[in-house]
Amino acid sequence: MKYIGKKVILMAATLIVVSFLVFLSFFVMSGDPATSMLGTQATPDRVEALREEMGLNDSFFTQYFRWAGSFLKGDMGISYSYRIPVESMIADKIPVTLALTGIAFLMLIVLAIPLGIYIAKYAGGIADRVIYVLNQIMMAIPPFFAGILITFLFGRIFKLFTPGGYVSYKDNFGQFIGYMFFPALAIALPKIAMAVKLLRSSVIGEVKKDYVRTAFSRGNRSNQVFYNHILKNALIPVITFLGMTLADMVAGSIIIEQVFGIPGLGRILLTSISNRDYPVVEAIIICMAFIVVSINFIVDIIYQLIDPRISTEE
Amino acid sequence: MKRKGVVRLFLVFVLTTLTFALSACSGDKAGENSSKITVGIPQDIEDSLDPHKAVAAGTKEVFFNMFEGLVKPDSDGNIIPAVASAYKVSKDGKVYTFTLRKGIKFHDGSLVTVEDIKYSIDKCADTSNGEPLIAAFSNIESVNILDDETVEIVLKEPNTEFASDLANVTAAIVPASNKDPDVNAIGTGPYKYVSRSPQENFTMEKFDDYWGEGAHIKDVVLKVCANADSFVMNLEGGSVDMIARVTATQAAELSDNFNILEGTMNLVQALYLNNAVEPFQDARVRQALCYAIDPQEIMDFVSDGKGTEIGSSMFPAFEKYYMEELNDTYSRDIEKAKELLAEAGYPNGFSFTITVPSNYQQHIDTAQVLVEELKEIGVNADIQLIEWDSWLSDVYAGRNYQSTVIGVDASSLTARALLERFGSDAPNNFINFSSPEYDTALQNAISSTDDEQKTENYKECERILSEKAANVYIQDLPEFVAINKKYGGYQFYQLYVQDFSKLYIVEE
Repeated sequence: MKYIGKKVILMAATLIVVSFLVFLSFFVMSGDPATSMLGTQATPDRVEALREEMGLNDSFFTQYFRWAGSFLKGDMGISYSYRIPVESMIADKIPVTLALTGIAFLMLIVLAIPLGIYIAKYAGGIADRVIYVLNQIMMAIPPFFAGILITFLFGRIFKLFTPGGYVSYKDNFGQFIGYMFFPALAIALPKIAMAVKLLRSSVIGEVKKDYVRTAFSRGNRSNQVFYNHILKNALIPVITFLGMTLADMVAGSIIIEQVFGIPGLGRILLTSISNRDYPVVEAIIICMAFIVVSINFIVDIIYQLIDPRISTEE
Repeated sequence: MKRKGVVRLFLVFVLTTLTFALSACSGDKAGENSSKITVGIPQDIEDSLDPHKAVAAGTKEVFFNMFEGLVKPDSDGNIIPAVASAYKVSKDGKVYTFTLRKGIKFHDGSLVTVEDIKYSIDKCADTSNGEPLIAAFSNIESVNILDDETVEIVLKEPNTEFASDLANVTAAIVPASNKDPDVNAIGTGPYKYVSRSPQENFTMEKFDDYWGEGAHIKDVVLKVCANADSFVMNLEGGSVDMIARVTATQAAELSDNFNILEGTMNLVQALYLNNAVEPFQDARVRQALCYAIDPQEIMDFVSDGKGTEIGSSMFPAFEKYYMEELNDTYSRDIEKAKELLAEAGYPNGFSFTITVPSNYQQHIDTAQVLVEELKEIGVNADIQLIEWDSWLSDVYAGRNYQSTVIGVDASSLTARALLERFGSDAPNNFINFSSPEYDTALQNAISSTDDEQKTENYKECERILSEKAANVYIQDLPEFVAINKKYGGYQFYQLYVQDFSKLYIVEE
């Protein structure tokens, strides 16, 4: 319990630091929300009046604490450009990004774990060698490029999906999931390659250990040893990796959303940064940071459940 | 046994893949509702729904379908009555009298009243923020309700072009009773607002009680296609039916399911020079640059030779004011350019920076050709790409730059909209152009009530801009509209608007 309490405090601290850094970056970036809103009609008088109205002329700390105060009360502010509450703007988009990440993660687990176990079991065989080469290639391809390749291959040549034909989950859930399949694949591919490689070497590392020999000498069948003893130990580093990967996928979805034209959090984030729509940027980054921190938290807990040896006190 | 597991696994994978892929395919055909058009827009309408606050060109061109002023522009460049059924201008150009159209309704079903007109005009003219929402409205002395169907607008100074300013969608007539215009769009246009989802879509529906002919297509969905590289795929794949601005290359890639309509963007594209900084405060240097470049060559590189050369801050659509002869003020002459540079004290040329907003490919391409052309007279230009927002704050508002390539549009159907900005004290004179002669000519043009006299003065302004080489004028960019052959009726305007109400479904 003490361990969990400590983690929760650490999580809160991380979020505060993130929010502070994001706010600070607005002050460093060139460009100004008031000028942005007025566009080509920006004259010094009008910009000044609008800045005053929006409270942008106050000092950094006044602005930060004003924002943080209302954020804690559940008020994320009003989007500078759309003039609608930030909550309503991003509430619709969170499921999109979560679905994309979720499907990608599901693919990762469904494909990488069996595949990794299989080639570890038959290490040195043909399948192992073929997959080794494929793995190297997939790891070398950055997700955005994989996205472009997939769009070209499955979208234009095989016509399995309509590029840019995104359907909102509110209109048709089936089509929504269908459209998410290929973007999710683009996110998952390099991660699958890494997970397979990791699992393979982890299993092979365990096989050589003394307890495996003992298990065999006790007369266990090879599958029994493999699934009950080796795999249990070999999965620990993989779980760490999966946890980190899930957090990474949330961030990776930002780019993939651009490539496939998916209006999720990432798309809103990028346009809000270029519009200098600070309340939206701040809310989305906090939201993403929260997802990442929570995943790490959950991974830490799972860790402890699987392997009580992992020390809880530093 | 082991093998079986693998096979099973493989089957599961193949089946899931197929299920997803097939479910993704099946949906496409469902969208064939006969009276709907999906239009791809490169940028979302990142604005409030209040037309009076609209600034971005992309917002105004869509709001044109939902909101109307007392008068509105038509596709031939005339001002036609809209919310007002008729109007009169007094002889001295100071009093405009409008008659409210009988029975005209707002989208919420309520009747438009003279109070709504007064409220809307007063709101646009409000100066509590330093300046009115529409610059020309600072000239309004008062808005008076004469009776239940007549309103007069009294001006401080005579202005015979004031009707053009009222035709601006920013001067829309909106109901005074609307408490939250930021999220509640109520106008009188042929389409009414339905819903929006940020960065996803913007939906409008035909307004059945429209006073005029009204729209033909029931639903218009504007779909955000942020990735310009996938325009062709979006169109061919059927996820959008029309995109208003595709490049010449994209137009060439499209199949014959699409009509490509060619028009002009009605922009003054130029290498805009900051006349207040070294070395551009010297007119000879600016002229030298004009002699060094060849607009035709730029058009050949950037858009397959399409586009219209211009020689001053006026585009050909404004026929009354456009002066084709100014295209010949400078024709490419390397020797002459070098001579002028030497006279100005730069016998070995100089270096400068061209700041270009990174979201406009055509301006970036233009800048690249410019750089090569300028090398021939020994002038080295660097291209600096910046975000649109930094461009607005640093270049446009801050005037902290040497030169930039951009297209300047007209906010209303008047020469004034293009020329007023170059007055020495104009707040939007972002090139810091300063010429007493120009100020005089401009003042004469604005205050003149005689149309012929007025036109002559505006032409004088154009001539001065050309002779003093205020900027290196290039072209009015070509515009390619890609539209599925199922739809017809697209019309180009002289202003930056998209009129969806004219579109109809072609009978097979």
